Amino acid sequence: MNDTLHLAENLVYKRPKTLINVAMHYCPGCGHSTTHKILCEVIDELNIQSEVIGVAPVGCSVIAYDYLNIDMQEAAHGRASAVATGIKRVLPEKLVFSYQGDGDLAAIGTAETLHTCNRGENILIIFINNAIYGMTGGQMAPTTLENMKSTTTPFGRNVRKMGYPIKMTDLVATLPGTYYVTRQSVHTPANVRKTKAAIKKAFEYQRLDRGTCFIEVVSNCPSNWKMTPVDSNKWLVENMLPFYSLGDLKVPSKEEN
Amino acid sequence: MAKVKGDVIIDIDVCKGCLLCVDVCPTKTLAPGTKVNQKGYIYVVKVNDDCTGCTNCSTICPDAAITVYREKINK
Amino acid sequence: MGELKLMKGNEAIAEAAIRAGADAYFGYPITPQSEVLEYLANEAEKRTGMVILQAESEVAAINMVYGAGGTGKKVMTTSSSPGISLMQEGLSYIACAEIPCLLVNVVRGGPGLGTIQPGQSDYLQATKGGGHGDYKLLVLAPNSIQEMVDFVKEGFDLAFKYRNPVLILTDGVLGQMMEKVELFDQIPRSKEIPSWATVGKPPNRERNILTSLNLQPELMEKHNEHLQAKYREIEKNEIRVETINCEGADYIFTSFGLTSRICIKAAQLAKEKGIKIGIIRPITVYPFPYETYAKYADKVKGFFDVEMNAGQMLEDVKLGVLGKAPIKFHGRMGGMVPTPDEVFHVFEEKFLGGKE
Repeated sequence: MNDTLHLAENLVYKRPKTLINVAMHYCPGCGHSTTHKILCEVIDELNIQSEVIGVAPVGCSVIAYDYLNIDMQEAAHGRASAVATGIKRVLPEKLVFSYQGDGDLAAIGTAETLHTCNRGENILIIFINNAIYGMTGGQMAPTTLENMKSTTTPFGRNVRKMGYPIKMTDLVATLPGTYYVTRQSVHTPANVRKTKAAIKKAFEYQRLDRGTCFIEVVSNCPSNWKMTPVDSNKWLVENMLPFYSLGDLKVPSKEEN
Repeated sequence: MAKVKGDVIIDIDVCKGCLLCVDVCPTKTLAPGTKVNQKGYIYVVKVNDDCTGCTNCSTICPDAAITVYREKINK
Repeated sequence: MGELKLMKGNEAIAEAAIRAGADAYFGYPITPQSEVLEYLANEAEKRTGMVILQAESEVAAINMVYGAGGTGKKVMTTSSSPGISLMQEGLSYIACAEIPCLLVNVVRGGPGLGTIQPGQSDYLQATKGGGHGDYKLLVLAPNSIQEMVDFVKEGFDLAFKYRNPVLILTDGVLGQMMEKVELFDQIPRSKEIPSWATVGKPPNRERNILTSLNLQPELMEKHNEHLQAKYREIEKNEIRVETINCEGADYIFTSFGLTSRICIKAAQLAKEKGIKIGIIRPITVYPFPYETYAKYADKVKGFFDVEMNAGQMLEDVKLGVLGKAPIKFHGRMGGMVPTPDEVFHVFEEKFLGGKE
């Protein structure tokens, strides 16, 4: 072992400062944790801890504020983007984000989500899509795939009876109020880096007052999908990504950049 | 010729043994251990000295449990 | 003396909000209170820079109030009965997270879509909590447009004093009618940031979190006890009640808000017939002035409670009187407003055995 290897100058990764040094409650391998981590890395790298105000949803990430060392508010189920709107309207110079899951954002909070995006609220919405209600124990989400099993679709989601999986990101991309809309994932190191870059860009656009930035993170739920974390990421590639395809859905025009 | 040498330090209190890091480690430096931490998870351990400090493990790690060092060595 | 103006109630609320130095208003149109949002849309931003936003629903509006109120700003919303019902979820969260804010309910007759005519049928919802869980709003019940104006200013003060939502419980008559008001002078918008506000965490303080959640029951009970202690404090300090001619009265008429003015007229009709009537008007309906009723309970022949509902405040009146005197009730519902003659005649029938 080289003596000089552990010098500070050779440090290439360490836990971000903004991520509070406690074990998170998320299940092993959960994409929520990964997204929290890179969000904190962005906050550190942009040095915006004192400017950021976050809004946590109801769902698995309901106590996101236990892990992020920033000022935060906890919203009622589905209302995070309305709460974020209230914050941003009175503190336009601050950087405001909501962090929401698929049940929160795409079912009970659909109206708030669409209207926040349609008003072009100058906030960032981070949308974790793992196609299931995690916290309540694996019930069908609006984003649950066709034929996918959940505790409330034990024989698979029959879309004729239970509706179709909804692509919220595609929907909000069509609204004139949104500025940057992208669908990313955190199932490989390369995808984690891309998602992090997207979050960073979104905060930079927020400074420029360009409208709503919306980042979907296609994620896993090993516990409720009933598989190991490694298998859940394989399942994600085979089943989620063909339907929720990754990439930018709305990008700033060249003249603006 | 310059060569890179890396090392990883695993925070065993926050590691949940999800093994995503093991899956992405190109040098097979990481592997499931045999002991459990206070939360009852079998945490990941280092099993060789081949680490290049590529940060794949720390990037995929959901719990930010891995610190990575990398040094260029001139031979 | 402040500026005198002839103003419609809803517009007076809006004018008072601007003058009180409110920072933001989030609302949704509903009859009979839409003029509040209209007036603010016209006047507020250019005068004080106040934020005015028409939300997509009352649900969104109250959650915008949550967010903006959580930054320590003076924030308000107004609505009418069905809209206030939609806000109950948000109010429960706001009360639990202890976010100060001001609400106005320009009540219309219910239940359901009901009517657009005035009512007082949201009394129980307003005074007993309204949403889920053990919480209280501090509720002011004005009986004039002047009081509505004054209560906007005082409502904000009380909201911040107790970190609690304050509700002005008024009705469609007071919202729509015009009356002379004396307006207080413009108060500049505050730049103060309360210590609990979520405004971005500076390096020199711990992060601020506004939440209504605690997964540990021991801690959640502690928070409930803290809220209850606050409500006891409000009950100790903030009871307001108007009494008129109660000393030596034969009977007491009691009502809140608009109907109290009808009762005052009815009491004059009684006086012409030689019957001495006192008036008890709770101005705060939570906290409720139980002791005022207790004070006169064994001195009068009876209490006559008049409301524009099926007898909602009546339950509190009974708790004040504690069976020491007979209580009779007259209520109109569905948007109907009683007249002074009607009130007096029903009083005669119920207490004096019909017309003399």
